[in-house]
Amino acid sequence: MALLTLMAFAFYLGRRRSLTVVGGRSGVKNLHSLPAYYGFYTALWAGLPALLVAGLWLSFEGSIITTLVVDGLPAEMRDTDPGRLGLLVNDIKNLASGNIVSAHVDETMQRAADHLNELRSVGRMALGVVVLSIALAAGALAWRAIGPKMRARNRVEFIVNGLLIASSLIAILTTVGIVLSVLFESFRFFHKIPLTDFLFGLEWSPQIALRADQVGASGAFGAVPLFAGTLLVSFIALLVAVPIGLMSAIYLADYAGPKLRSYAKPVLEVLAGVPTVVYGFFAALTLAPAIRNLGESVGLVVSSESALAAGLVMGVMIIPFVSSLSDDVINAVPQSLRDASYALGATRSETIRRVVLPAALPGIMGGVLLAASRAIGETMIVVMAAGLSANLTANPLESVTTVTVQIVTLLVGDQEFDSAKTLAAFALGLLLFVVTLGLNIVALHIVRKYREQYE
Amino acid sequence: MAVRDEENDMTTAETVIADADLVGAKVRSKAGSRPLDNDFKTIGEVRVNDPRMSCTDVNVFYGDKHAIKHVDLDIAQNQVIAMIGPSGCGKSTFLRCLNRMNDTIDICNVTGEIRLDEVDIYDRKLDVVPLRAQVGMVFQKPNPFPKSIYENIAYGPRIHGLAASRAELDEVVERSLAKAGLWEEVKDRLDQPGTGLSGGQQQRLCIARTIAVDPEVILMDEPCSALDPIATAKVEELIDELRENYTIAIVTHSMQQAARVSQRTAYFHLGHLVEVGDTTQIFTNPRHKLTEDYITGRFG
Amino acid sequence: MSEPDKSTARTIDIVEASLKRRYARERRFKLMGLGAVLLGLLFVTLLFFDIVSKGYTAFVQTHIALEVYFDPAVIDPDGKRDMAEIARADFRKIAREPLAKLFPEVTSRGDKRALYSMLSSGAPYQLSKMVMKEPGLIGTRQVVDLVADDDVDMVVKGNIDRNAPAADRRVNDQMIGWISKLEADGVVKKKFNTRFFTNGDSREPELAGIGGAAAGSFYTLLVTLLLSFPIGVAAAVYLEEFAPKNRWTDLIEVNINNLAAVPSIVFGLLGLAMFINLFGLPRSAPLVGGLVLTLMTLPTIIIAARASLKSVPPSIREAALGVGASKMQTVFHHVLPLAMPGMLTGTIIGMAQALGETAPLLMIGMVAFIVDIPGGPLDPSTVLPVQVYLWADSPERAFVERTSAAILVLLAFLIAMNTFAVIMRRRFERRW
Ligand SMILES: Nc1ncnc2c1ncn2[C@@H]1O[C@H](COP(=O)(O)OP(=O)(O)OP(=O)(O)O)[C@@H](O)[C@H]1O
Ligand SMILES: [Mg+2]
Repeated sequence: MALLTLMAFAFYLGRRRSLTVVGGRSGVKNLHSLPAYYGFYTALWAGLPALLVAGLWLSFEGSIITTLVVDGLPAEMRDTDPGRLGLLVNDIKNLASGNIVSAHVDETMQRAADHLNELRSVGRMALGVVVLSIALAAGALAWRAIGPKMRARNRVEFIVNGLLIASSLIAILTTVGIVLSVLFESFRFFHKIPLTDFLFGLEWSPQIALRADQVGASGAFGAVPLFAGTLLVSFIALLVAVPIGLMSAIYLADYAGPKLRSYAKPVLEVLAGVPTVVYGFFAALTLAPAIRNLGESVGLVVSSESALAAGLVMGVMIIPFVSSLSDDVINAVPQSLRDASYALGATRSETIRRVVLPAALPGIMGGVLLAASRAIGETMIVVMAAGLSANLTANPLESVTTVTVQIVTLLVGDQEFDSAKTLAAFALGLLLFVVTLGLNIVALHIVRKYREQYE
Repeated sequence: MAVRDEENDMTTAETVIADADLVGAKVRSKAGSRPLDNDFKTIGEVRVNDPRMSCTDVNVFYGDKHAIKHVDLDIAQNQVIAMIGPSGCGKSTFLRCLNRMNDTIDICNVTGEIRLDEVDIYDRKLDVVPLRAQVGMVFQKPNPFPKSIYENIAYGPRIHGLAASRAELDEVVERSLAKAGLWEEVKDRLDQPGTGLSGGQQQRLCIARTIAVDPEVILMDEPCSALDPIATAKVEELIDELRENYTIAIVTHSMQQAARVSQRTAYFHLGHLVEVGDTTQIFTNPRHKLTEDYITGRFG
Repeated sequence: MSEPDKSTARTIDIVEASLKRRYARERRFKLMGLGAVLLGLLFVTLLFFDIVSKGYTAFVQTHIALEVYFDPAVIDPDGKRDMAEIARADFRKIAREPLAKLFPEVTSRGDKRALYSMLSSGAPYQLSKMVMKEPGLIGTRQVVDLVADDDVDMVVKGNIDRNAPAADRRVNDQMIGWISKLEADGVVKKKFNTRFFTNGDSREPELAGIGGAAAGSFYTLLVTLLLSFPIGVAAAVYLEEFAPKNRWTDLIEVNINNLAAVPSIVFGLLGLAMFINLFGLPRSAPLVGGLVLTLMTLPTIIIAARASLKSVPPSIREAALGVGASKMQTVFHHVLPLAMPGMLTGTIIGMAQALGETAPLLMIGMVAFIVDIPGGPLDPSTVLPVQVYLWADSPERAFVERTSAAILVLLAFLIAMNTFAVIMRRRFERRW
């Protein structure tokens, strides 16, 4: 806030000075750029460096303060293993902010908490002082530099250009951030659990690792049941979404009257806008019990959290996705091919089935792959409807668990950051990222190739 | 592109007329300077003795646009009729009326009567599927299906169930390709995609695809406009051979081509059928001013 | 082809013969298509019907109108009107007393406890608040609509079937008897449920509200909007107007397209590892949620903004450049204002996406049970969809109703946002 007012002030001063240097309004034409640019120039100098410093400061303040607090602890408390220490620091932090603390509060902890609070307030003050003085200094420098010869516009544009580039680099940084964060934690995980055990192990029971102190040794981290569950649910979803999405795209494009089309399309699009947690709720509270009752009435044993319910609802969720992609792809098939078929005396459906669909097949495959990547990465529906038990089964009536469900269960709630359990979530995340990214790249490539084929 | 084509056409048209001058058969009728209003009457004999198709007072509208205006025309059995005229005059539109391909365009509306062997093809109860099996069409741009050469040809017989067995189908494919003059070139690669052929081969593939259904009438909309002269010559040769068994209507921008392959010629202008007559007569002795202007290249 | 006539006759005959079969197939295919469309529409209807039918009752809450005696002996025994003293008074007693009077036949301890459980644990708090606001009430008798317990609420609303066998319902016969008597007395009232909109979360369904989650969503979206809009627009402007066409910008483009398809939960992992563990930002804070959602919605906004910039015809740029404006001036003074409606539309759609997002927020701890309504982007909080997730897990029947109602509120926001985006697009759609 203070910084913003300072910037506004700097703008005003810069503008004023540019005018004074050339002797008032009448001299404006002697300036290289419009007065406002001198204002912007000063304001940017006052704001940007200070903002940068503040950002850096804030992002490292936490860890620096933590280190200081830990250093201030008595030696015997510091010498426990990192997991314990983490918990301790957490307790101290909670104590400092006045929350309820689980552990017993002794005097050292109370002192540490006070220390923490003190450091924090000192930090805040220092930050304020440093940032404001940087802003003032940089602003003043810029202000003094203003003269009629200065190419303020070009300099401002140079800075703005830099800002624009920085903004577009954020996309890259995000990817790099994702890769680094999952990769880094995954490496630590694979340090504890061999990669082959993870990829080919048939048993998944990460909970055991918590109980015993020999971290990781007793937990089973074989991810095959998760892959199987993910595939089963996604497969059911595609089984629902692909035929319905494709057929409705065909019907709306080739058969439906303009009226039905103009109503049905937006209504179907609504399915894409419904938050996934709503689908999850529907699957868990309406569909799953319905399927169970139905199953029981014909004498089938249906788990209350069946892969079927999750898969069906997920399928409904991706219908609009499939249908809008198919619509694009089908419309890209040139009319001349349809004409050729009609001219031979083919009916509409023959033309669609034997000419349009085969011609559109690559594009449709691309769309299905994208839909599959959606299904694999979908979280809330499976979290709420698919269950936690890592069954290795192909029976859709049983409960299965998926990669995303496990990531959520492993990371929600209290956690020690170094246990194999939490690290496993990152390993799963890495896997998920790699698989969906692969699917996307392949799918986008196919779709683009397909588009190029028909110009 | 179109401009250059027409320049070529101009020279050829002049050659044709120069030849005709040598023969000395140039007779000039003064009927041909009437304006093209709504009750304009086509010059020349629109009816023939043994019509395969017969159109009466055909009008086509694209929404509000009146694209074909009161056209009467017969198409004779086992003959090639050429349709010529400046771009946008409605040749393609008229051709597409003949097998109801215009049905695929929502805003297109056709009135009047078109008979195929005494059956009104615009009758509500008439089914377009058998109609199109009887009246096939070849398009301006070659449009092979993205399938193998074999499947391209077999498509029509398959959907209509024309071949009882695989052997029979093989035979149909071979016969059609042979008739289109393509068999020798592709017999060793029938399983390769049809889109991999050269432009001229693709167009002959499309012709073969059309005749594989064994239609009675074949409509061709500028079948050679995308082809080089050698491929054009081959297709023209083919059309001449096909005339024996089929009735053919061809739209072309090349007057040389019209003169070479057709027996009758119809000249369209802004939706009107201006003049129709024997090809030699049209090219040597056009009776309407517009026809003459077009043929001599003064207008195009 | 020696006998063309015979052969052609054959073709048309065969075609005619098979027509019936082919048209049957055509009809089947068409029906399948129609079926698919109808199935899709059916799903939409089913989903909305299910949620509306489950949720609409949550907008009213059962109250029991009882004549309460604000007994000075209980509330303010010293008579000093000391607010701190009053706040500590036992309002439970005051709330229970009229109920005991209505059912004098209930005497045993267990039964009494059951009887009192018909009132919400929030009822005493309700009375205490009344007194704090108006100390003059002490010593008077007032008819007060006291909040009923969720079980009572469910029975009154018919969500618990009174005629079902006793073993199958949560509420026993005795309680149902009492409820029936109260209803017969005409003291059971259903009033519009303002608590649902103003309260934070609670273990008691009748006290739980979406106020806290809504505030959390608000702060989260605020952070998201403030970050993603400027950054998204800046990135789009750079990529579309200034960037040279080279491998770097290609890479950025491919990257953006792929980011748009990365599962949202992966963004949650990023947030957890980067913002919380590395930068030490507070868990459960809307600030972190906003950061994560910013990264998630950026691709959407960038793609929409670029499309919008693309649709501004080059003639406008040329005109501006022609009068001597710099490239930067051209873009910021002429192109950007014209592209702004499209960019805003894209941003609204991105915000709608962010509002419905759940999974990544679970990762960064916005899934805690939080009673207090957050007052800023650094306070621990949750968001609407996460609240839905939390309530959906609760066993009480009354939470089903609240969950559905929360979903309805969420959907109402989403529909409003999307409609606004559509209207805006229509309004500003320009044909050049
Ligand atoms: N699908 C359509 N919708 C609207 N108008 C059309 C359509 N197709 C053709 N037209 C119009 O009908 C008129 C006749 O078009 P047509 O394609 O029949 O001309 P043409 O004689 O074949 O021309 P060309 O020699 O260039 O192929 C033109 O004015 C054209 O603009
Ligand atoms: Mg044409």
